[in-house]
Amino acid sequence: MLTKRIIACMDVRDGQVVKGVKFQQLRHAGDPAELAKRYNVEGIDEVVVLDITATLETRQALARTINAVAHEIFLPLTVGGGIRSEDDAAAAIDAGADKVSLNTAALRQPELIATLASRYGSQAVIVAIDAKRRDDGFAVYVRSGTTDAARDAVAWAREAESRGAGEILLTSMDRDGTKAGFDCEMTAAVSDAVDIPVIASGGAGSVDHFADVFTRGHADAALAASIFHYAESSVTELKRHLRMHGIPVRL
Amino acid sequence: MIALVDYGAGNLTSVRKALTSLGADFVVPSTPEECTRARGVIVPGVGNFGATARLDAPWRDAIGNAVAAGTPLFGICVGMQWLFEGSEEAPDAIGFGAIAGRIARLDGNAEQRLKVPHVGWNSLEFRGTARLLKGLTSGAQVYFTHSFAAPVTPECVAATTHANTFSSVVERDNIFGVQFHPEKSGDAGLAILRNFLEVCA
Repeated sequence: MLTKRIIACMDVRDGQVVKGVKFQQLRHAGDPAELAKRYNVEGIDEVVVLDITATLETRQALARTINAVAHEIFLPLTVGGGIRSEDDAAAAIDAGADKVSLNTAALRQPELIATLASRYGSQAVIVAIDAKRRDDGFAVYVRSGTTDAARDAVAWAREAESRGAGEILLTSMDRDGTKAGFDCEMTAAVSDAVDIPVIASGGAGSVDHFADVFTRGHADAALAASIFHYAESSVTELKRHLRMHGIPVRL
Repeated sequence: MIALVDYGAGNLTSVRKALTSLGADFVVPSTPEECTRARGVIVPGVGNFGATARLDAPWRDAIGNAVAAGTPLFGICVGMQWLFEGSEEAPDAIGFGAIAGRIARLDGNAEQRLKVPHVGWNSLEFRGTARLLKGLTSGAQVYFTHSFAAPVTPECVAATTHANTFSSVVERDNIFGVQFHPEKSGDAGLAILRNFLEVCA
């Protein structure tokens, strides 16, 4: 049986892992390769490296960081942040990424999804959606959450799928860094609308939050950063808890 | 020396890293003839079956000659699918044909929320013993990412179920294949790669 994935995300700035709250107030959380080494033995199923300032400062994801991380783990590695062109994606993949995550660029030039899917396969293309709740649905934001994209998250996820995305990485901006739990309603709305896997992100604070997003949220995978960086919760304990709740996980 | 065949389908970086960490002596051959001199041949693959069309007659002949001479051949993901006769994904591309049968699209199951592509960690249900699976136990979990899969044939030594039951590991004489990514499957994956290297030694 296909298990639910637990994904550790490292937001990287200037080669260091940082973490903020609601996309602000960044603080340092360690060296990417050191963290990756820990994840490799702790039972994390997948690792995502996001170069969080790349979009704002028009930088490419740091090949050196990717390479250092890829050297430590024999797990799927996704790289995002500042991937705006086929060349940026190729650079990330050549440095050791298995998948690239497109955010702002996917909305600005949606044809990039198909270009990358035909070159590397859909499994290598994740479309990341940062969204906030609004009365009329879930509003998509771009440029590291600073700009309203005037799109609805559910409709955009459907379009991304039809253009060749292999997975959706859905981040709740309302919950990011709050440890108040995932936005299960938003995750379920997107997950039910597409046939590709949906990774829920934003708000993980306790083991129960993960159980929630896999059941009520219909998530295929859940991503978290802080609770793994600061070793607030062991991955093995988290997975035992999920299994106790009847959720299939790799242990 | 192991030949790691690069036919431009996706990237070899992760397979290279895994082989390097296992201390394997390998090259990425620039000519098909190098395959006939290798102790083992690995055909990796990510993406579309159509890309295997780049393994044209000279490559197929060289790999075929190596296999006929007893050299172990290991197909990974699309590389394993290529061991079969062909695929629904790219009907015009002809497989290597070492194993009878064709690759078909996974069905998924909306009611059970089984999506396609099949992405993530799933278990290997062993069927008999296999050199490739030495040291592992049935139920071992490995990382998959694919939409098409091989039928269960007599060569199937481990099967996996995602709505459909498909061959996740095949082995017959010196032909080996895995549908998942051993280079991305943590310790279980590294053990499988190590087992192949031992077969080649």
